[in-house]
Amino acid sequence: MVTALLLEREGAAPLGAPHMHVREAAEVATRDEASSTIRGSFSLTGVSVAYGRDQVIEGVDMEIPPRSVTALIGPSGCGKSTLLRCLNRMNDELGNVTVGGRITLDGVDIMGKAMDPVELRMRVGQVFQRPNPFPMSIYDNVAYGPRTQGIRRKAELDALVEESLKGSALWDEVKKSLKKHAFELSGGQQQRLCIARALATKPEVILMDEPASALDPISTQQIEDTIAKLKDSVTIVIVTHNMQQAARISDQTAFMLRESLEAPAHLIEIGDTKKMFTNPDDPRTESYITGRFG
Amino acid sequence: MSRTSRTRRARSAEAVARILTGGAALGVVAVALFVLGYIVYNGIGAIDFTFLTDVPRDRGREGGILPVIVGTIWVTTATAALTLPIGVLAGIYLSEYAPRNLATRAIRLAITNMAGVPSIVYGLFGLAAFVLTAGLGRSIIASALTLTCMTLPVVITATEEALRQIPQDLRQASLALGATRLRTIYKVVLPAAAPGIITGSILGLARAAGETAPILFTGAVFQMRRLPEDLSSQFMSLPYHIYAQVTSVPGWNRTLVWGTALVLVAGVSVVSVIAALWRSAQRRRVKW
Amino acid sequence: MSIPPSHGERRRGRTTMRRAAEGVVLAFIYVCGWLAIIILAAIALFLILNSVRALNEAGLGSMLSGTAWYPTSNPGKFGMLPLILGSLLVTAVALVVSVPLGVAAAVFISEFSGTGVKDIMKSIIEFMAAVPSVVYGLIGVAVVIPLVKDVFALNSGMTALAGGIVLGVMSLPTVISISEDALHAVPFDLRQGSAALGNTRWQTTYKVTIPAASSGIFAAVMLGLGRAIGETMAVLMLTGNAAIMPTSVLESVRTMTGTIAAEMGEVVQGGLHYSVLFAVGLVLFVITFAINLAADLVLEGQRKRWRR
Ligand SMILES: Nc1ncnc2c1ncn2[C@@H]1O[C@H](COP(=O)(O)OP(=O)(O)OP(=O)(O)O)[C@@H](O)[C@H]1O
Ligand SMILES: [Mg+2]
Repeated sequence: MVTALLLEREGAAPLGAPHMHVREAAEVATRDEASSTIRGSFSLTGVSVAYGRDQVIEGVDMEIPPRSVTALIGPSGCGKSTLLRCLNRMNDELGNVTVGGRITLDGVDIMGKAMDPVELRMRVGQVFQRPNPFPMSIYDNVAYGPRTQGIRRKAELDALVEESLKGSALWDEVKKSLKKHAFELSGGQQQRLCIARALATKPEVILMDEPASALDPISTQQIEDTIAKLKDSVTIVIVTHNMQQAARISDQTAFMLRESLEAPAHLIEIGDTKKMFTNPDDPRTESYITGRFG
Repeated sequence: MSRTSRTRRARSAEAVARILTGGAALGVVAVALFVLGYIVYNGIGAIDFTFLTDVPRDRGREGGILPVIVGTIWVTTATAALTLPIGVLAGIYLSEYAPRNLATRAIRLAITNMAGVPSIVYGLFGLAAFVLTAGLGRSIIASALTLTCMTLPVVITATEEALRQIPQDLRQASLALGATRLRTIYKVVLPAAAPGIITGSILGLARAAGETAPILFTGAVFQMRRLPEDLSSQFMSLPYHIYAQVTSVPGWNRTLVWGTALVLVAGVSVVSVIAALWRSAQRRRVKW
Repeated sequence: MSIPPSHGERRRGRTTMRRAAEGVVLAFIYVCGWLAIIILAAIALFLILNSVRALNEAGLGSMLSGTAWYPTSNPGKFGMLPLILGSLLVTAVALVVSVPLGVAAAVFISEFSGTGVKDIMKSIIEFMAAVPSVVYGLIGVAVVIPLVKDVFALNSGMTALAGGIVLGVMSLPTVISISEDALHAVPFDLRQGSAALGNTRWQTTYKVTIPAASSGIFAAVMLGLGRAIGETMAVLMLTGNAAIMPTSVLESVRTMTGTIAAEMGEVVQGGLHYSVLFAVGLVLFVITFAINLAADLVLEGQRKRWRR
């Protein structure tokens, strides 16, 4: 179902190529030559976050390889969402947040002044815990990101909307009613709409903060299926409280823990998901996974 | 005291309280209905084609009120054109940009106090600031600016309240898609808040249309040969027309003055009540 | 294998032009945000500037304490006391009408009525607030003045009483809606707690809800007072406007607002009388400002109290 998306991702030219302006096509070409590696890899070194004076995360080192699924697990309040928000600089919007350390996306520092958070967020999408479609039609929801990027032509938008909805496995359910108000969808459908909305900007990375925690088991299953397909084309970082879910869908798992209320959270362990769930290095990881605390 | 007698006393106190407060509420309703009924009863006889399309004759004792209606529409429209953009931008500032500090608290205080400044003081201010200092003379624009100052608090407050109703989620979703704050406000937050903003603004503007004191020295005139041509014209206005008839036309025509009042009240209150009902219906319909 | 570009790069995001445009809009937003303070300061400034001549030539002390208001005699006498007392008298009558009626009605709306009745009451209050003051004045002229004249067998019904009654009706919407808000804001838990102790609805209301909402109701009264003292057109049309020291509500009085409205049309611009009228405006501004500030502080305190 994601073939269209994959086609464009893997093919030499995007689907919209015939309509593209010459200058854009040229830009695309240089871009293609310049980047020979697959993109969408994060590298975090010594990342720390404080809300006002309250240091909540300290010294996180983490490598996130491209086109993989990384699960962030840990007890409530250990700073998973906070860490996630560092990756698209959504913490900037909260006001009194200071982020230290170094975060690079494909080798480029994203925390410096040189990086415009607005442009960063076009490359790093986010899906939230509670489905939060805009109060507009399904079509307009998905087209929101591309329109923000200045895409106006209907054919191009139509193609993107279809592609993105296919990418989030919602197309078949809504293709006849794209003009319907997004609030008329069920919770699970709304969440897949939000995924489609994030896909439409063609991000390299998608951050998901407990995307299925507000959903029923069937919708959760659909979201998980979607994630499994998406990782062929984007990097996914997902926060989840559901251990089985982490085990099922992720390639690597990172475990964070705040050992006392006063102390900031640390990254206890990060590694291959299979290993983390069968034979973790740290005893704290093991007790968390087996449910002894948190 | 036995338990039953206490209960009985409580019951009768309850009944008395209900009757007294209910009576007060009924009294208020009766006054409102009397006001409405009295205006309609006295004014309806004046309403006919001539009344609505003729100019006032014999100092308003005969003829119609066309230029009076047109003048009110001019000044209200000009006020709306000034108030809406300024008020909405100010509401956006307070809801989306203002830091939580003393300065913002001061702005809020200024807004509530602006709402309490007597309308005649706005009239003085408009005379001094717009008519004389700014050199606009007595004109539609001077009156509209004066009414704008008076109406702004209503529009600002309505906008801020409506914006606050919009869940933070939506803003975050838009920002996370690479939209700037401004685009987020313009494309997502404002459209969602529009019903509240529009209703609140209509209520404020309806009040402005019925105000007399602020336009008394800033542009309203008793009689004009022609309709206003542009914003620098003076103008006739419904509320001022009523006041001037009653206070300075000996033997004023009761029917025509009540007809004028009916036109004014119908315009102002029908719009207000519909706007208020629409808002509460919207509030009930959209649950975030 | 080549990598497709993301739109972000293809479009190079925001152009300099768009950034500049956003900057301009943002500047507008900030200016408008601060406009309320600017306007309020400008009002104060213009009132003071135009009052300077009056303050110099007539003197604030003698204006505030003077009992004779003969602005057109030569030399003019600018004692504001009759006007201030006139305003206070009319306002007092208005409060006597609006406070008991308004608060009781608010209690009924908030505590004893269902959603349907509430909606109807709210529309009615909205209507009352929307009726222009000049129309209330007209009704007063047609109904209240003859009534007062007949009931008290006076030569003229144009009295502080007539003005005050109409003014009271006009401030009802303010008193009712703010009191109702205050009652409504009392947390449900509190009432439930009282009901659980076996109190009836009314016992809960007067033992728990009304005391808890008292500061808000007080603010409502203050705001109603502010509204009444600043009201112009109705009093101008109803009180007869005799600038004498009032001794009874059955006499004609002249209010501060009425004085400004009636005399501003006939004065020489920049003259002493003109300046004195601005001084009256300044006094009015200071009084209403103080009232509103007090009401605002009370309401703010109440809001803080129920926040958690
Ligand atoms: N906006 C904020 N301002 C101040 N402190 C915050 C803010 N957001 C989060 N915190 C604090 O930072 C810490 C980490 O919060 P965060 O939301 O990142 O945890 P989490 O791991 O996502 O928890 P959960 O699993 O419950 O979602 C918590 O102690 C929280 O109280
Ligand atoms: Mg979280």
